[in-house]
Amino acid sequence: MARTVLAQADIDRALTRISHEILESNRGPDDLVILGIPTRGVVLAQRIAASIRRIEPNGAAVAVGSLDVTMYRDDLSRTTTRTPSPTHVPGSIDGRTVVLVDDVLYSGRTIRAALDALGDHGRPKIVRLAVLVDRGHRELPIRADFVGKNLPSAATERINVHLAETDGDEFVSIETMSTDGGVGA
Amino acid sequence: MRHLLTTKGLDSDTAITLLDVAEDMADVADREIRKLPTLRGKTVVNLFFEDSTRTRISFEAAAKRLSADVINFSAKGSSVSKGESLKDTAQTLAAIGADGVVIRHPASGAPQVLADSGWIDAGIINAGDGTHEHPTQALLDAFTIRRRLHGKASRGKDLDGVTVTIVGDILHSRVARSNVWLLAGLGADVTLVAPPTLVPADTSGWPARVEFDLDAAVDTQPDVVMMLRIQAERMHGSFFPNSREYSRRWGLDDARFARLGTDSIVMHPGPMNRGLEISSMAADSQQSTVREQVANGVSVRMAALYLLLSGDREGTK
Amino acid sequence: MTTAQRPPTPSLPTRDLPTHTVPTNYLIGGAALPDGTRADILLADGRIDEIGTGISAAGATRIDADGLVALPGLVDLHTHLREPGYEQSETVLTGSQAAARGGFTSVFAMANTSPVQDTAGVVEQVLALGEAAGYVTVQPIGAVTVGLKGQSLAELGAMAASRARVRVFSDDGFCVSDPLLMRRALEYVKAFGGVVAQHAQEPRLTEGAQMNEGALSGELGLAGWPAVAEESIIARDVLLAEHVGSRLHICHVSTAGSVDVIRWAKARGIDVTAEVTPHHLLLTEDLIAGYDARYKVNPPLRRREDTEALRAGLADGTIDIVATDHAPHPVEAKDCEWDAAANGMVGLESALSVVHASVVANGLLDWADVARVLSQTPARIGRIEGQGHSLAAGAPAELTLYDPAVNRVFGTDDLSGKGVNSPYLGVTLPGRVVSTFHRGYPTVLNGQLQDASLIADAGRESPRG
Repeated sequence: MARTVLAQADIDRALTRISHEILESNRGPDDLVILGIPTRGVVLAQRIAASIRRIEPNGAAVAVGSLDVTMYRDDLSRTTTRTPSPTHVPGSIDGRTVVLVDDVLYSGRTIRAALDALGDHGRPKIVRLAVLVDRGHRELPIRADFVGKNLPSAATERINVHLAETDGDEFVSIETMSTDGGVGA
Repeated sequence: MRHLLTTKGLDSDTAITLLDVAEDMADVADREIRKLPTLRGKTVVNLFFEDSTRTRISFEAAAKRLSADVINFSAKGSSVSKGESLKDTAQTLAAIGADGVVIRHPASGAPQVLADSGWIDAGIINAGDGTHEHPTQALLDAFTIRRRLHGKASRGKDLDGVTVTIVGDILHSRVARSNVWLLAGLGADVTLVAPPTLVPADTSGWPARVEFDLDAAVDTQPDVVMMLRIQAERMHGSFFPNSREYSRRWGLDDARFARLGTDSIVMHPGPMNRGLEISSMAADSQQSTVREQVANGVSVRMAALYLLLSGDREGTK
Repeated sequence: MTTAQRPPTPSLPTRDLPTHTVPTNYLIGGAALPDGTRADILLADGRIDEIGTGISAAGATRIDADGLVALPGLVDLHTHLREPGYEQSETVLTGSQAAARGGFTSVFAMANTSPVQDTAGVVEQVLALGEAAGYVTVQPIGAVTVGLKGQSLAELGAMAASRARVRVFSDDGFCVSDPLLMRRALEYVKAFGGVVAQHAQEPRLTEGAQMNEGALSGELGLAGWPAVAEESIIARDVLLAEHVGSRLHICHVSTAGSVDVIRWAKARGIDVTAEVTPHHLLLTEDLIAGYDARYKVNPPLRRREDTEALRAGLADGTIDIVATDHAPHPVEAKDCEWDAAANGMVGLESALSVVHASVVANGLLDWADVARVLSQTPARIGRIEGQGHSLAAGAPAELTLYDPAVNRVFGTDDLSGKGVNSPYLGVTLPGRVVSTFHRGYPTVLNGQLQDASLIADAGRESPRG
């Protein structure tokens, strides 16, 4: 049975807080590039960018885009072939601050792939990481700078993230899988 | 996708996925670092039993942009006898550890035989077999048409209702065959125009109309006119009297080109016989996609290599 | 691709048996004759000694044939034995073994050996190899033209007058396409009752041909072998035969149009006979879609409509006989891309089952018809002695016992020649040859090919037909 851990209002509040933290850390919106990792990370990145533009007088300066990491994954030979999603990097990232956005931080391998992908697009001054949920179980020395909610979980549990733009409804839930079932996120 | 041998039987969803991946690959060409680590550690062999520098370098560029190791094996002219050579070569490549084999062969069906043989457990891409198929050429043609029609908004689109006229030696053309199946499968309305001697004996099962009159076809203002290369050896096989008459009746000369709509796309898989099947005015015009086709070939072949060689190959059997 | 292994070669004799232990008298009990009646058959001294019910014979080896069909020993007018010259594909011995396994007691050995069977010396050599093997009567066919080159007549008379007594002449593999040369050959062989067996294939219309020309060849990108290339030669040759009053035989008829032309010619009184192969009765071109070279054969597999027309033609007598065109090849000749692969299929071992599947099971032919098309008529066309007789007292003891009730998955174990290029491997076929008797001794007994040295000894000791 799935248990809801974040409702729509919780998600809104978390993203607003993350937006504030990003601005604080960057001392304003200048040279900020928010890049979401498909699929839901892109939605979150767009919401964070919109939030920054609301908060800051010159928030329009913030750039937003998407960074697909499929071609950089280290598990391409182990799973079925993944269809990549488009990458859209708004302008040059050289010397700018890139904030990568994903929905769930788990093993860290997706972020490792994202860092490699980013390197092929340019050389940012700083790279930060924002995630809606950090569920633990890291396999690489990677941590998030901005976290919506820390959600300690067992490997047998699945984290479901639903966002209005991609799923029609909006919540984060945690679900216990049967032992022979898959593990999400 | 285990192998890419034909476009016949390639369903339109799979084809569109491949074209969409090719769009992603095309974006890589615009970046500062035009290389992806995707196939690092994979070995791709270009196994060419027939000369084709263009196709080989296109596949080579595609594999290298995906970080695969590339081995070029030109079997043409080597001392290996026919027949034995395919099997022996395949077993050699298997021993080397080839993950993917891009094969060009003068015998129709050779890639299929390789894929079915059990001699080698690699993904096979048909880079042109005899007078059978040339699937990546058709895919790059479809990609080129789609980009011309839809630009950056191409992803996810098919070719529904696009009128395509393919002109030339249909009988011996693997490009024509692959395009007929693929373009029709994507919803295009395909017409073939050729001398009756250069049309296969029975095309009743083909999703295309066959006509003999290029002028009538031009007057229908097709969205795409694809001219096929006329091989020199056909001129000696009594397929038509001589190149002058061929050019006069089935060449895209200046006059016919001028009668096409200004939005019409003029395609040619190359290499062109200028002044024979296509005039320089047509080939060099804004409507011509000849150079785009070459560039797009790399993107499409990257997509094919990616879809074949990534993923759990054991599980795709 | 077949990954089938070569069948084991027959083991050498491990026992030092004196030859006189080979029994010469057999009593076959309760076999069904081609006309459906049940009878006992006593074989003695190379002849059918007695045939009827309730026969008893002291000292004869009794063979229970309950449920089996007894057919006169099968005669194949079209076999490639490959020796001399291509012994890696087949030898006269191994081809004879394949024939015996398939129920044959005689095969006509095609002339495309190396050297070509175009002189008395070569045909006598093949004859002698056949006699030494002892499994079947090997009757050499002579080439029509020197070296099968289609340029000048071979020494037809010398071959006819040789110990091999050649009566069938063929350039099979090649068409005698020159109309004047064909006319001369047809005329010339009248001097000794010969017949020209034509491989009907207009060469210019089939340059580079790879498969039947039609929708599938266009799709697969394989050069087409149009039906008209066969039909036009048959039409020409029946008219030539009529003009010069000669006997003509057409090899491996493969198209519906050819059946029509031959039917017309026979109605006109032209002395033409025709053969169809088992594979053209059963298999169709759609098998080629995967480019498996086991299905590459010349003439090529045709459409379903052609198969139907060939069956009907065989049933109504337009096509006189079934002949195998047994064409063994080494594995590498088929284990390759289509264009590079050799034409041909082995067919001796599977022939009777394929005829059963294609024209007996559906009632087009009964067993008496099978005896006619696979034994009596081919022997008559080939003017061979001691073969093709009806099962009757006094006839040569050439017969085959066939179990029509079983079904089996055909495999390399069923092959006894060197070639494994059978299109039927893995296919369920009806029936099975149980025993074959040649000159009164069994070459196959209870499905087992008899030992080569025993057969060679038996052949030496038996009276020649």
